[in-house]
Amino acid sequence: MSTITAAESASAPAATARKRKPMKGSRSSTTTALLMLLPAAVLLITFLLIPIGLTFGLAFTNARLISPRPAEFVGVDNFTRLFDDETFWASLRNTIIFAVVIVPLQSACALGLALLVNVKMRGVNFFRTVYFLPVVTSMVVVSMLWLFLYQPNGLINQALARFGIQGPDWLGDPHTALLAIILMSAWQAMGFHMVIWLSGLQTIPGDLYEAADLDGADTWQKFRYVTWPGLRATRTFILITITISAFALFTQVNIMTQGGPLDSTSTLVLMAVRTGFQQQQTGYASAISLAFFVLVLAVTLVNRYFTRDKDVVR
Amino acid sequence: MTHTSTTKRVAVGLLAAALPLTMAACGKGGSSSSDASGGGELTMWTHNAGNKAELGAITAIVNDYNASQSKYKVKIQAFPQDSYNQSVVAAAASKKLPCILDIDGPNVPNWAWAGYLAPLEGLDDTLSKYLPTVLGKYDNKTYSYGYYDVALVMVTRKTILDKYGIRIPTADQPWTKDEFDAALKKIKASGDFQNPLDIATSFTGEWWPYAYSPMLQSFGGDLIDRKEYKSAEGVLNGPQAVAWATWFRSLVTDGLVPLKSGADPAKDFINGKSAMLYNGTWTAVDTRKAFGKDTLFLPPPDLGNGPKIGGGSWQWGISQNCSDQAGALDYMKFAAQDKYVASVARDTNNIPATDAAAAQVKGYEEGGENRIFLDYAKKFAVLRPVTPGYPFIATEFTKTAQDILNGADPKQALDSAVKNIDANQKSNGYFQ
Repeated sequence: MSTITAAESASAPAATARKRKPMKGSRSSTTTALLMLLPAAVLLITFLLIPIGLTFGLAFTNARLISPRPAEFVGVDNFTRLFDDETFWASLRNTIIFAVVIVPLQSACALGLALLVNVKMRGVNFFRTVYFLPVVTSMVVVSMLWLFLYQPNGLINQALARFGIQGPDWLGDPHTALLAIILMSAWQAMGFHMVIWLSGLQTIPGDLYEAADLDGADTWQKFRYVTWPGLRATRTFILITITISAFALFTQVNIMTQGGPLDSTSTLVLMAVRTGFQQQQTGYASAISLAFFVLVLAVTLVNRYFTRDKDVVR
Repeated sequence: MTHTSTTKRVAVGLLAAALPLTMAACGKGGSSSSDASGGGELTMWTHNAGNKAELGAITAIVNDYNASQSKYKVKIQAFPQDSYNQSVVAAAASKKLPCILDIDGPNVPNWAWAGYLAPLEGLDDTLSKYLPTVLGKYDNKTYSYGYYDVALVMVTRKTILDKYGIRIPTADQPWTKDEFDAALKKIKASGDFQNPLDIATSFTGEWWPYAYSPMLQSFGGDLIDRKEYKSAEGVLNGPQAVAWATWFRSLVTDGLVPLKSGADPAKDFINGKSAMLYNGTWTAVDTRKAFGKDTLFLPPPDLGNGPKIGGGSWQWGISQNCSDQAGALDYMKFAAQDKYVASVARDTNNIPATDAAAAQVKGYEEGGENRIFLDYAKKFAVLRPVTPGYPFIATEFTKTAQDILNGADPKQALDSAVKNIDANQKSNGYFQ
């Protein structure tokens, strides 16, 4: 519907504008703006808005991936079933634990790395590259590698054995599986956030540090009163991007544990994919996606509230 | 005024956009209409992209067929196995299925019910000579046939059994459950092997229902009540099923089976890490290479209701939306010859689906070293439940078996699987 309106309003004045060439004013610039908007709008509507709309609709039906039977409206059946499903609660719990742990862990480690590679010395580019390498490596490859590292007799446990520690079966034990996934995910993604922290660090003017030096500030004080406030905008950005990517946790889990053992690493996205594709329950999977959508929406609103609040205070 | 011209332009734009599409459609329609007048190209999809031996064998059949007549030309498109089912489902949703395709046996009822597959007509005589487990049937119609089957075996070495004084079982006198447990415990007590038995828990996907549901069936349970295919109540969570689950978990807690096998269990067996290996007959080649005549391929133990093994492997069928059913059927008839059954089974090291083919494959002739595999397949094979709800049952069973192995409460885990399976059968109107 809205595509057609956009196309109409965009194409008609564009044609008229071509005839009477030097047309100035807002009309022409609006047209150009709309034209520019068109490709993105078409893509967004086709691949984002329509699927989201469909999810809302399908969540209340018993639609199937493979079926000669037409989908029937079943009201809130999918949701009653969902809230009665232990795997759903386990997945919700894991998703939240993952996000709550990984946001501070990953951003702190990334900041630490950024501070380390922000010094002016020879070879610093080498370290920047090394820390960034996991980011450009495909998550599938990284997951396969860590799958071997985490084996009961893998590299990690061999290293622990050197210190006389009997390492656990990282991915096979319900108590350690989620932790193992968290550590590995943080390792993989922290390079990306290191670069963002780094760009934030380099926007802080050097004379602030010089002034702090004159005032006799020590390293910690410089970090606390110059660096940290200077990174406010970067912080908000990092908080939001890590939170969103944390909720979408899927690839690592799908490759390394498939949600097991005993649902200890199952996540909402994994559950939705499993139900929708392997179990062919499109309607039920839509209900899971809808629940996921509400969760992400709520968290984003909370995020926004906090960041806006600080804007007002300062 | 502006409005009409706008509408016109939009209409023209839409037309312009639609034109290439219709032309493409015409192109397609053109080829299929020439099919109807006799002849044309038949597309074939297979999951064999990563399996050189099998793809080679299939390609040879297709080349023979294309050379044998000039009316039709079969064109192969190979997919990697992991994404194959999804590709088929996506193609079916957009009515773009190829004429000929291969299907994993237990999925046949699901795809037949969904209207993807067309029944194979006029092949009954030929197919009556095939092993029943390689035929995909649904609603009294045959939708697919396969060239081979696979048997599940306990692979071990004669020297190992002799060393611990363990009886060598036969197809007529398999190990009983107590005998089997005692044998494993004896091997465990010796401390000679890291794992007395490896059941290849590191395999994923269809392996779990394929390999472990026969154990459940040997205990007397099943995945679903096969009388009506309506409910799993009482069969998947009855006392026998709970007994199976408890025993299954005890294998791990008693240290007889590793909770998670290595990436290649056959290699672990060959390297002497495990004393016994539960696996498909595809391991026969490598293990024989390592141990020669010492290698034993034993029937799985009788856990109460006789030994059971999974039946049904990859099979071939034709799609409902194929524009030239006659051509596709013609190929299917040509490809069902014994010599092709023999060549595919030989190249893939699997059990030939017909006796005539078995006579042509080295090892499967009467008295051959692989003949026992054929005996096992004939004697012990159980098809996975023939219901369109199978793909769901399979994922549910996989998750439940994994949870049980990891220590979930057997009764609770099985009850929840039954609840989910029953809900799924019901929400589909029992697939009537």
